Amino acid sequence: MHDDHNHGQGGHEYGPEHHPVQADAPSVEPQIALMEQALRELLLKKGIFTTGELHRSIERMEALDGAILGKKVVARAWNDPEYRSLLLDDGPRAIAEFGASLGLPEFRVVENAPTIHNVIVCTLCSCYPRGLLGLPPSWYKSKEYRSRVVREPRSVLEEFGLALPPEVEIRVHDSTADLRFMVLPMRPVEAAHLDEEALAEIVTRDSLIGVGLPLGSQ
Amino acid sequence: MKAEFVLDEQVRVEDRNQGGHVRTPWYIRGKRGRVIEVLRPFPDPELLAEGGHGSPYRMLYRVEFRQCEVWPDYEGEPHDTLVLDIYEHWLSKDGQDGPRGADAR
Repeated sequence: MHDDHNHGQGGHEYGPEHHPVQADAPSVEPQIALMEQALRELLLKKGIFTTGELHRSIERMEALDGAILGKKVVARAWNDPEYRSLLLDDGPRAIAEFGASLGLPEFRVVENAPTIHNVIVCTLCSCYPRGLLGLPPSWYKSKEYRSRVVREPRSVLEEFGLALPPEVEIRVHDSTADLRFMVLPMRPVEAAHLDEEALAEIVTRDSLIGVGLPLGSQ
Repeated sequence: MKAEFVLDEQVRVEDRNQGGHVRTPWYIRGKRGRVIEVLRPFPDPELLAEGGHGSPYRMLYRVEFRQCEVWPDYEGEPHDTLVLDIYEHWLSKDGQDGPRGADAR
């Protein structure tokens, strides 16, 4: 299954508080909603799956929301250079150390450095590594984020409160095909003495997408 | 399946007016980039979407583009980049090749 590979689902808000919500923008295009309903009813009627199975599946997806595995993964990579190398070379094997088989398509971890800052997007739909990052925020699925971050990433990051110096290369990864991406942010200097568990607490979801930094950065 | 392009090779994205379940965004068609990773063959998404198994598979590449070449009016820095994953049948050679015969990963 493609993570979040559902087309035409434009979200309606963008950025936590930086953008006004467009009052006239429907959350899902009516035609798409109608098609979804028709397909769902057809599959239920044909007995491909039952209503119960459908709801359990939705529950499972929603349960992913609270626990963002990516935070633990990053904390371990900060604390353990060998694990960091493994994560960058063979992401799925590194994740398996957490006992997680994510059912993910292949994925890459892209590492930030003092001279490079990575950002993730899917301009075609809204591919997102759910197994690692939980449910995507609605702005990630919005047409505005998807169209603007590849064209004016610096302005978009500034709207997220992230002003990066000109000498830093902004590198935007558009998840166009079979790979999914997660950013490995830089460990804040102030976090030098934290243990793995405390480190996981300062990793934010936005820092794993690349539109933010871990808590205590700069 | 042998990869047609190698690491560091300069490539151009085909500028085809093709609809359907194409995973090559419009904004990158016709643009020049550099292969930064040769992945492996994947099912062809265009065929996969029509049912079947996506055969023949297509080699997949990670291709890096310079923002200022993608968008002539780009307002960021000249060293800003974009990376997209592009299937082989959407790529062609772009004249000035990178080191030929370099081992593709």
